Order: sequence, then structure tokens, then C-alpha cells
Amino acid sequence: MNRTHHRSFKAILFHPTAKGMLLLIPALTALIILFVIPIYRIFHLSLFDPHFTLKYYLAFFQRPVYMRVMWITVKISLIVTAACLFVGYPFALVLSRAGEKLSKLFIVCIILSMCISLLVRNFSWIIILQRSGIVDTFLMKVGLTHHHVKLLHNLFSVVLGMTEILLPYMILPIFSVLKSIDPNLPQAAQTMGARPWQAFWWVTFPLSLPGVYAGFLLVFIMSLGYFITPALLGGAREMMISNMIAFQVQTVLNWHFAAGLSMILLIATLIFYAIFNKAVGLEKLENLGV
Amino acid sequence: MDVNERKIRLIEIIFGVLVSIYLIAPIFVLVPMSFGPARFFSFPPPEFSVEQYVKFFHSAPWWRAIRVSFEVAVMASFFASVLGILTSLAMRYKIPAKGFLNALFISPMIVPLIITAVALYSFFAKFHLVDTIPGLVMAHTILTLPFVIITVSATLKGLDPSLEKAAATLGASPPKVFFKVTLPLIKRGAITGAIFAYMISFDETVVAIFLSSSHAITLPKKMWDSIRFSIEPILPALSTILILFAILMLILLEVLSRKKG
Repeated sequence: MNRTHHRSFKAILFHPTAKGMLLLIPALTALIILFVIPIYRIFHLSLFDPHFTLKYYLAFFQRPVYMRVMWITVKISLIVTAACLFVGYPFALVLSRAGEKLSKLFIVCIILSMCISLLVRNFSWIIILQRSGIVDTFLMKVGLTHHHVKLLHNLFSVVLGMTEILLPYMILPIFSVLKSIDPNLPQAAQTMGARPWQAFWWVTFPLSLPGVYAGFLLVFIMSLGYFITPALLGGAREMMISNMIAFQVQTVLNWHFAAGLSMILLIATLIFYAIFNKAVGLEKLENLGV
Repeated sequence: MDVNERKIRLIEIIFGVLVSIYLIAPIFVLVPMSFGPARFFSFPPPEFSVEQYVKFFHSAPWWRAIRVSFEVAVMASFFASVLGILTSLAMRYKIPAKGFLNALFISPMIVPLIITAVALYSFFAKFHLVDTIPGLVMAHTILTLPFVIITVSATLKGLDPSLEKAAATLGASPPKVFFKVTLPLIKRGAITGAIFAYMISFDETVVAIFLSSSHAITLPKKMWDSIRFSIEPILPALSTILILFAILMLILLEVLSRKKG
């Protein structure tokens, strides 16, 4: 009796599924304790004070201040995504057409920029854009203006800084799709009489759209939750939802409201990731690593 | 090549170079600036000086921050690698709700950092883990875990399972199979993942803003304070050193991927 019991226990232990589950336990435990539970607590905080209430969500939709933060968040995210697309698409195209040496150089620049500390990159824009900084001095020397121009702590500086950081996430998916297009296809179109731009517009561009969707969604999602750049390069008018959450926690100490804001940001992010998953597939995220 | 085509090529190259310069603009600004005087920032620097570097090398608080960041990054990268390798191995077996579990393990990469930061800040406060090295290590382990899982899983996909089966058939015990066969085969993926984890942890700012203040202050947190409240004249020198490290890391990753190919 005891023996058969022992044997069946061993059989279960070495069953592939059981082995897989066993290997999963350490990371799953860590993830549940250090990630799932803390976020669940924030979710709970947003709904209970101490009884169930929706007031922290309603406040968000009722007070114009908070709706403005939401609007600014969406506006900055859309502008940054558009900027990344308008710079990133042509760049990916140039990259896919460039010779071996040149494309290698461009790729090194992209990867290197991703490796440099985020704070260093934000700091460099402060230096470039500050009063009497490089751009300001240059504009006055050239004679375009006679007084200092305010280039920092506004929408422009936030968009410039965020675009520099998020651009690779637009370039890489578009480039990987462009590279996979059979070069014979646009060539065939040209042989049959299409001009180069026609071949691009009717053949290459439609085929590259999956990369565009991936890059667009990725940059937009990352922008929505952006924190560092609006805090360092923006002014009070560029406060995004992440900055509002930090402000509620650190200055106002209104944890419930911060929790409500966090849940709204989380739900928005998850919805866009679901769209990303449907349109592109989450496994595509893996190809974005260096 | 006709004239028109050559013109287009030229425009393409100029555009490509301009975007590349934009992407690595910090290098062109901060490196020359770091060799200027340490009293004020002006570009180009009016005179050559290594004053900033001398000041930086003599600044005990900055070195303490570097040490904290280094310790946290090494430990977080170690734990994330161990947990990540186990998880990647687990994902090869038939397990229930695999899709959901996969998404769950990737989620620390997807959830906006500010939410993770606030959630951990509130949770760790209960256990007196705020502003401690263990707290930072735990937070960074979870944040970097997805990157290890992704790189190791990619390596495992290219692994021939018959090699491990052969070893097991020949009498090797499961731990022996793992250490003598599986681990050497996925070594490069694991090292790449560990380097990613190290780099991400060393540069992580958002969570550190909440979880580190005066006692266990990391380098990004100290830089954040310095940029926000009082721009210290050593920042360009420190930035240059960090850029140099980024270049070294890039070379290291390139060497690793070359060997693989």
C-alpha cells in the first residue's frame, strides 16, 4: 500500500506537467508577492475608503483639472507618436536601402542611444535648450531673435525629449518588416511601368503597415505612462497622468485618489496592449530587444 | 545611376545622418562640456579643464550612490537570472494556462512604471523595506525578470531537446542534465539576459524615486535630485562616464552575439 503510494507520488513528480509547474513555483511566488499583491492593494485602495465607493473615479471625471491632465496625456502621447512616425518611417526606409556599412553605422547609433542612461539624455536636452544654452545663443547670434527664447519647460521640449527616447521603438519594428519584404516586388512594379514613388506607395508601403501598427501602438502605450521626461523637461502645463499620480502620493498624500488614477492608467494601457496583441501579437515584443 | 537617383541617395544619407545625430545628441553635448570648468555650463566650454572629474572623484556621496546602484544591480540581475532561467525552462513543458502565465510574467514590463513604483512603495512601507537595499533588489528583480525570460526563452527555442534526452537516457540525473547539458547550451542567452537586467536595474529611475531616499540612495535617484533641485557642476563628467559605460556594454553585447553566430 505504502509502496504503491510512494511510486505514484514519484510518477506525479516526474510527469512533465508537474515538472513544469515545479520549476514555475519560485518565480511565480516572487511575482505574486512582489507584484500582483501590491497592485491588487492599489486596486482595493481605489475602491474602498473604508466602504465601497466610486468617488475617486467620479472625482476624476467631474473635476476639470483632472480631465485636463488626461487630455494633456493623450495629446502629448499622440504628438510624440506622430513625430516618431514621421521621423522613424523615412529613417527605417533609408536604413533598409542603405549600403551595409552605412546601415551598420545607423543601427549602432540607434542601439547606443537606447543604452545611454535616460537621465543623461534628459539632462542633455536641458543643457541644449536652457536659457543662454546652445540653441538660445545660436538663435541670437544668427540674429533670428534679439531676446532670449523660452525653449525649456514647455510642450516643445517634452515632445523633443520623448521623441528622442521613443524613436527606436518606432524604427525597429518598421525596419524589421521593411527588411523582410521581397525586393523583387517593388522591382517588378517598376518593370511593369510604375515610377519609383508609385512602386513605393502601392507595393512597399502597404506591405510595411504591420510594422507601422506595431511601432505606433508601442510608442503610444509607452508615452501614456511616461514620467521622467515630462517631469524634467515640462512645466506645470505638461503634467501627465504619471506625474499627477506621483504628485498625489508625494505632495497631497491622497493615496485613494492616486490609486484611482493608477487604475485608470493601467486599464487604458491594458486595453491598448490587448489591441496590440490582436493586431501584432505580444510575442513580437521579443524581437525588439537589442 | 542617373542624376536624379544620385540626388535621392544623397538626401537619404543626409537625413539618416541627421536622425542619427539627434539620437545620440547627448554625446556631442555632454562629452565636450565635461572638459569645461566646473562653475557654470556654457557650450562650447571656454577653456579645457578636468576640474569636474577631479571634483567627481573626490565626492564621497556620489561614490556611495554608485556603490548602492552597483550592489542592487548585481543582486537583482542574479535573482532575475535564476528565476528567469527556471521560468523559461518551465515554459517548455505542457502546463495549464500557459498563455495567461506568459502574459503575467511579461506584465512588469507592460504595467507603467509609476504604478509599480507607487504599489511597491505602499506595500514595502508596511515591512520597513522603503529606502533599503533589499527593497530595491526585490523591486528590480521583478522589473528585470521579463527581459531575462524573453532572452533565455529565445535561446531555448533553438535548443535541440534530443540532447537532454540523450543525457538522461545515458543515466544522468535531472540536476546533472541541467548543469552539464542545458545550462552550457543556454549560457549565452542567460548571460545576455543578465547583462540586460544589470543595465536596466543600474539605470532604473522611476521606482528608485519612491523606494530610495537618503539611506539607500541609488545613482539615478541622486542624479534625479541633482537635476531637479540643484544642477551640480559635476553632472557632465558623470554623464560622460556613464556614456562610456554604455559604449562598453554595447561592445560586450556585440561580442556575445558574434560568438553565437
